[in-house]
Amino acid sequence: MSVRVALHSPTGSRSFLERGLLLLVMLIFLEGTVLTLGAASSPDISAQDNTGGGHDRRDDHRGIAGSHEHTNYTYTKKAFPVLSLDYHHIQVPFEISLWVLLASLMKLGFHLIPRLSSIVPESCLLIVVGLLVGGLIKLAGEEVPPVLDSNLFFLCLLPPIILDAGYFLPIRPFMENIGTILMFAVVGTLWNAFFVGGLLYAVCQIEGTYLSQVELLPCLLFGSIISAVDPVAVLAVFEEIHINELLHILVFGESLLNDAVTVVLYHLFEEYSGAGEVTPMDVVLGVICFLIVSLGGIAVGAIYGILAAFTSRFTSHTRVIEPLFVFVYSYMAYLSAEMFHLSGIMALIACGAVMRPYVEANISHKSHTTVKYFLKMWSSVSETLIFIFLGVATVAGPHAWNWTFVSVTVILCLVSRVIGVVGLTFIINKFRIVKLTTKDQFIVAYGGLRGAIAFSLGYLLDKDLFPMRTMFLTAIITEIFFTVFVQGMTIKPLVDLLAVKKKQEAKRSINEEIHTQFLDHLLTGIEDICGHYGHHHWKDKLNRFNKKYIKKCLIAGERYKEPQLIAFYHKMEFKQAIELVESGGGVKLPSAMPSQVSMQNIQPKKLPPAVAERALPQFTKGREEEIRKILRSNLQKTRQRLRSYNRHTLVADPFEDGWNDFLLKKQRMIELEKKMTEMSNYLTVPAAPPDSPTMCRARLASDPNAFYNIKASSEGVPTIQVDLASPQSPDSVNMLNEFSKRGATDQGLGQREGATRDEDQGLMMKPSSAGKVEKGEEDGGNKNPGLMRCLSDPGPSNEDEEDEPFLP
Amino acid sequence: MGSTNSTLSKIPNVEELMQETGFTPAHIVRLYDRFEALDKEKTGHLRPQDFGAINRLAMNPIGDRIIGAFFSPGQETVDFHSFVRILAHFRPADKKHPKDPSMPEPVNSRTSKLKFAFQLYDQDKDGKISRAELLQVLRSMLEMQVTEEQLESIADRTIQEADLDKDDAISFEEFRKSLEKVNIDHKMSIRFLR
Repeated sequence: MSVRVALHSPTGSRSFLERGLLLLVMLIFLEGTVLTLGAASSPDISAQDNTGGGHDRRDDHRGIAGSHEHTNYTYTKKAFPVLSLDYHHIQVPFEISLWVLLASLMKLGFHLIPRLSSIVPESCLLIVVGLLVGGLIKLAGEEVPPVLDSNLFFLCLLPPIILDAGYFLPIRPFMENIGTILMFAVVGTLWNAFFVGGLLYAVCQIEGTYLSQVELLPCLLFGSIISAVDPVAVLAVFEEIHINELLHILVFGESLLNDAVTVVLYHLFEEYSGAGEVTPMDVVLGVICFLIVSLGGIAVGAIYGILAAFTSRFTSHTRVIEPLFVFVYSYMAYLSAEMFHLSGIMALIACGAVMRPYVEANISHKSHTTVKYFLKMWSSVSETLIFIFLGVATVAGPHAWNWTFVSVTVILCLVSRVIGVVGLTFIINKFRIVKLTTKDQFIVAYGGLRGAIAFSLGYLLDKDLFPMRTMFLTAIITEIFFTVFVQGMTIKPLVDLLAVKKKQEAKRSINEEIHTQFLDHLLTGIEDICGHYGHHHWKDKLNRFNKKYIKKCLIAGERYKEPQLIAFYHKMEFKQAIELVESGGGVKLPSAMPSQVSMQNIQPKKLPPAVAERALPQFTKGREEEIRKILRSNLQKTRQRLRSYNRHTLVADPFEDGWNDFLLKKQRMIELEKKMTEMSNYLTVPAAPPDSPTMCRARLASDPNAFYNIKASSEGVPTIQVDLASPQSPDSVNMLNEFSKRGATDQGLGQREGATRDEDQGLMMKPSSAGKVEKGEEDGGNKNPGLMRCLSDPGPSNEDEEDEPFLP
Repeated sequence: MGSTNSTLSKIPNVEELMQETGFTPAHIVRLYDRFEALDKEKTGHLRPQDFGAINRLAMNPIGDRIIGAFFSPGQETVDFHSFVRILAHFRPADKKHPKDPSMPEPVNSRTSKLKFAFQLYDQDKDGKISRAELLQVLRSMLEMQVTEEQLESIADRTIQEADLDKDDAISFEEFRKSLEKVNIDHKMSIRFLR
């Protein structure tokens, strides 16, 4: 399409044209959406009037035809409809898809305009888009569909986001700060609710505001709705400011855990608003209800989590549906909790957090990637949709603007938040080792954003019981807009201005891992000596219990014995191995290779220079030439997939646990590298250029099984051959055979070893050589352009989540 | 409180101890009670067997190292002062402590904590964690669940990562550098010892 071509041009002078074209496309699309949705809604409305059901043209036809048949049994023959339009048949799924598509295109669009997305957070832009769409629908004269229906929101849009958050919740910082988080969530929300509700009531009683009919309980109800920090909004905004882990987990944890408080307060006040008063007994019941709601929610989530973990133990033969278990069990946990009016959010978080260590130990790497990507995808789309719907609902909803009420609400929310945070921090700091500074407090207070949950809760209110519902909704929307727009937009510059510590991007090194574990043991020991049952004591006890009983039940096969450190080490080795291959193995590609692969959507990984240096083999110039010749002759057969690679993926799973072999291999490789450095005459080979097809290898990050498919049972000579599409030249064939005969070294790594080949034969063992050859083959094959089945991988950037140890 | 004072008076040089370690009298008393509880034979000193009597410590993979850290080289017993001094390493750091260059490094500063941990690794006290020492630690932590080769690979990789001067051992500086991202104040502090 012309648009896409235009987008690819880097010149600045055409950027205006690009943007113009993009906006035009968007507008056309919006218009189409509007008309469709508008047209859809009017038959909807007429459909609601008639109880008989079915006013589709088709039904009409059928009705008419039927009546014809009933009355005179004469069948009026019409011309056979070659092409007919039947919108209502597919109306609902079509609309849903249209909305999802709109959301995704919007998201796409924003990131194509980098300047905009760096100033304005995505959530704001999405709300604006929603406003636009709603406005357009209204302009078109149609009735705006009530899209942010509470059922839709709570049952479909919210769970993916919460599950994504819960599954990838960094457990260690969360647990370390659990006291602080709970204080903010429970006490903070209670304080906010009563402060806002109470003062609003006082304001309403003032003469001249025309608000005197608003009673205390509805005010308190309003206060409890508006005071809850919203996880969706917090996630959306905090994602982009990359703040340090502590603050992030504080605000985010608070937004998740205050759900229980909100649920209880909401139900409490809703129930008793009719009655008009709340007795102390009700308060006690409320407290008990809170405990039941929160602990019950967590319990439900944990049960489903354990079920999911247990199920995943048996999925080794049906890897394809593994991700499904994760999703379905979590969703059922949410629904079950909602069924009992327990806190669905806490259930979902508990389910995700409980199930994760065991499920990850059981499922294949591909399934893990699938789970990760699906969760990110769904939560991303959900979030986008929520914000757009917020915009649409703003345009749609009946509004009752009352200056006093709305402005007082906004001010009070801010004030109460600040007072709450400062006051609570004062108390909390007495118990914390690492105290919260003023800067931290400011960010926590400022980051308390309200979002769609508040709106949906307000929407749920009964119109009859609460005549001021529309006013409440207006105030809620204003508050949401204020926090998302004003606070959301300014928090990033403020963070920079205040020089708040940012997130550290680097991944954990194995040193950190070992030493941290060592220190854990040390502290546990010291606590035992002091006779103090502290934090470490309980953590240690939990770990032991986990290792002894739980892991045995829930983790398949022998892997439960695998200590966390080993698992971490394997992950690191594996990552390094991928980086090794990505660095190209060192051979410079002949430039004549046509690149058959679309490089657009591949972002080359940044190689740590240390790895690159370590990984680069060194060999004599003559040998290099020889190797190049061989490769060139072999690699000219383009357009072929690396069959050896594919074959391994098919037999991926049985060899997934070949860690030991791989480690052996690695060790040999390290030894060999050491030998390399002894060679006096060597040549450093530059890494492959970033746009080489070897970068495609990065995509195979999702498929590490290939590495470990060491054919342990291979008989001596490795049988991996690159299936070349066209017949090879005889000398290349000979070279191949020569290599394969050598068995030990050649192909990939063999090329590098060069002169020490003979020595290495003694070193190499058959299985490992097979493995090495595979890797080498993949290297050799990787140089073959156009063969890569490149799975484009823009992917979420939080790679460091994978590095989280299984258990804290 | 009366009981505090009476207990405090039993301990010799308690003022000096408090100043050196920064513990409050309440803490000293608590630690003294614990010391007496461990010292079953009431000798006023602790021996390795007394430490070994703590069940949970026996289960700890590095339990014997920790016990060993309490005893200065050559000494068979630990008196109360040394006991407290070692535990003072784990006091949460005082943020408000003015950085007085003339005063010696406070015993619960980040560096001191790291040094203490380093000494637990470095059993032969040569100022470096050699590969063999690292292997020992790994072996004890991983509790025989892994093969020797895996251990060696891990040790190799660890040294490779941390070793900047390529002497195949980890010196204190390298140790400190590899842990610069870890919040040592938080990780190596016990709230009890505030």
